[in-house]
Amino acid sequence: MALQDVCGFLETLDDISPCTYLPSEMGYMWRTPFEFDRDSAFHFLFPPQQCRRKNRAPTLFSSAFSSLSPHQQPFHLSHGTTTLGFIFQDGVIAAADTRASCKGLICCPISQKIMPIHSHLVVNTSGSGADCMLWERILTREMRLYQLRHRKRLSVNGAAKLLSMMLHPFKGTNVCVAATLCGWDGDETQEALQSCMEIADVKEAMEHGTSVSTILNKSALGSEKMASINEQDAHALKPTVSDQNTKNVLSTFGGWSGPRVCYVCSDGLQLKGEIISVGSGSPYAYAVLDDGWRWGMTVDEAVALAREAVFRATHWDAYSGNNVDLFHITAHGWRRRDREDLKEEYYRERERKKKMIKDREKERQKREGGELAEGEGDIYSVCCR
Amino acid sequence: MEYLIGIQGPDFVLIAADNVAASSIIQMKHDYDKMFKLSEKILLLCVGEAGDTVQFAEYIQKNVQLYKMRNGYELSPAAAANFTRKNLADYLRSRTPYHVNLLLAGYDEADGPGLYYMDHLSALAKAPFAAHGYGAFLTLSILDRYYKPDLTREEAVDLLKKCLAELNKRFILNLPSFTVRLIDKDGIHDMEKLPVGPK
Repeated sequence: MALQDVCGFLETLDDISPCTYLPSEMGYMWRTPFEFDRDSAFHFLFPPQQCRRKNRAPTLFSSAFSSLSPHQQPFHLSHGTTTLGFIFQDGVIAAADTRASCKGLICCPISQKIMPIHSHLVVNTSGSGADCMLWERILTREMRLYQLRHRKRLSVNGAAKLLSMMLHPFKGTNVCVAATLCGWDGDETQEALQSCMEIADVKEAMEHGTSVSTILNKSALGSEKMASINEQDAHALKPTVSDQNTKNVLSTFGGWSGPRVCYVCSDGLQLKGEIISVGSGSPYAYAVLDDGWRWGMTVDEAVALAREAVFRATHWDAYSGNNVDLFHITAHGWRRRDREDLKEEYYRERERKKKMIKDREKERQKREGGELAEGEGDIYSVCCR
Repeated sequence: MEYLIGIQGPDFVLIAADNVAASSIIQMKHDYDKMFKLSEKILLLCVGEAGDTVQFAEYIQKNVQLYKMRNGYELSPAAAANFTRKNLADYLRSRTPYHVNLLLAGYDEADGPGLYYMDHLSALAKAPFAAHGYGAFLTLSILDRYYKPDLTREEAVDLLKKCLAELNKRFILNLPSFTVRLIDKDGIHDMEKLPVGPK
């Protein structure tokens, strides 16, 4: 039948092995009843590696549609954003702007690009907004299933591998997701905490009064830890790790516990690193980050660095702007800083610059005044006033 | 953009790969390892399109390890190279070809050292020296000139340094460091990263 051929209905019935989600092209055409079943929890029951239809999955329907012209995008997708994530001695900082743009239009000036996946993992997303939202939810589901099945959280690198494997069948299609997974690996036991990080610093950071999200610790264990830390005091302030060989410091984390940042891209690139920035504003952000990053930074310094990097990127990049979101992840979970409007920051900086110029002016005059007393008048002092 | 090089001696193979992981104009990582260990004495060096490299190389890696688990002994480098080529050729005319360029280097008890050159069209050639990438245009003639079949380990490292010096001089892109490894009858040895200098 003609309708059956167009939908490729019989082809889907053959495909009993659970594979992956259909590529986005399908969404614009017919949806068969069979397809709705595939959205059930049955999906991803088996790891995607066992999918033998690897070669066929993205083209399962395109072969049926080969006579049709490729679907035209209603508008050009542009991937304008600035997101960044970096690790340091006291956890991970994830920051992003909030502008969602579409060619020359700002679709949403207050979008949220950093999404928490679970209590110790957030993901910075860039690329196509719809794809990012979908894949965030898929990743959250898979992480939760893993946690329920294995009674421990999947590591950041494991989550990155999982996401990379799930995205692989869609390579070559229009799926565009560039995600940075920022999180803390490892147990939340007190012993692990003490051996891995400076508790005093965390405690200090928590007292800074930035908004602590109530969704913070899903597990009861986590909230117990929070409570116990709050009660504790007089924990000896350990000296902050100065910026030595970062490799040495990283290795003290035992290789399995500690801050992690990992980049996953829909065309397959997967990178672990210390500083990752993605988006059209990333070159500007990298310039600031490379200059100021040290392993031994304090929380305040790290937050200031991240804010500045996003601010500079939004200044130069047309597709980034509006506000900056900032998350800080430690062994206790993630904390979110209030959203800040970068327009205010721009005016504050202008004021600061004006003040700085005035101060330098005064100093120069003082020096000139000293020189004039010696009888040396020069053009410079004339220009001063 | 990426560079691989391999030099085969009478009883060893010396291989090097650059350490840059790039995304459009940005170097995202400066210490990225492009060598995949297939077995105790076989290394697969893989460059090409972003996701294809890791995906394909890990697929080959796991399959070679599976062979060892099933049969109790490891694949020889020649067998591993032909297996890799077969897979590349099978995928070449499918809907999802892998766009990767490979060097496979290994040491066999019976046959000695072997260096195999493979490209994205699944051509396979056993060669005494080989290179991939734009840098290959600059360095193959140096290898031609100074290579001898019976060169020692030190001579091989010197030859490698000559090639990297030429890259630094004439190649438009900055490739600051290279991972260098040597395979001989005792297995895989990590050597000092080149060029040596302040980090």
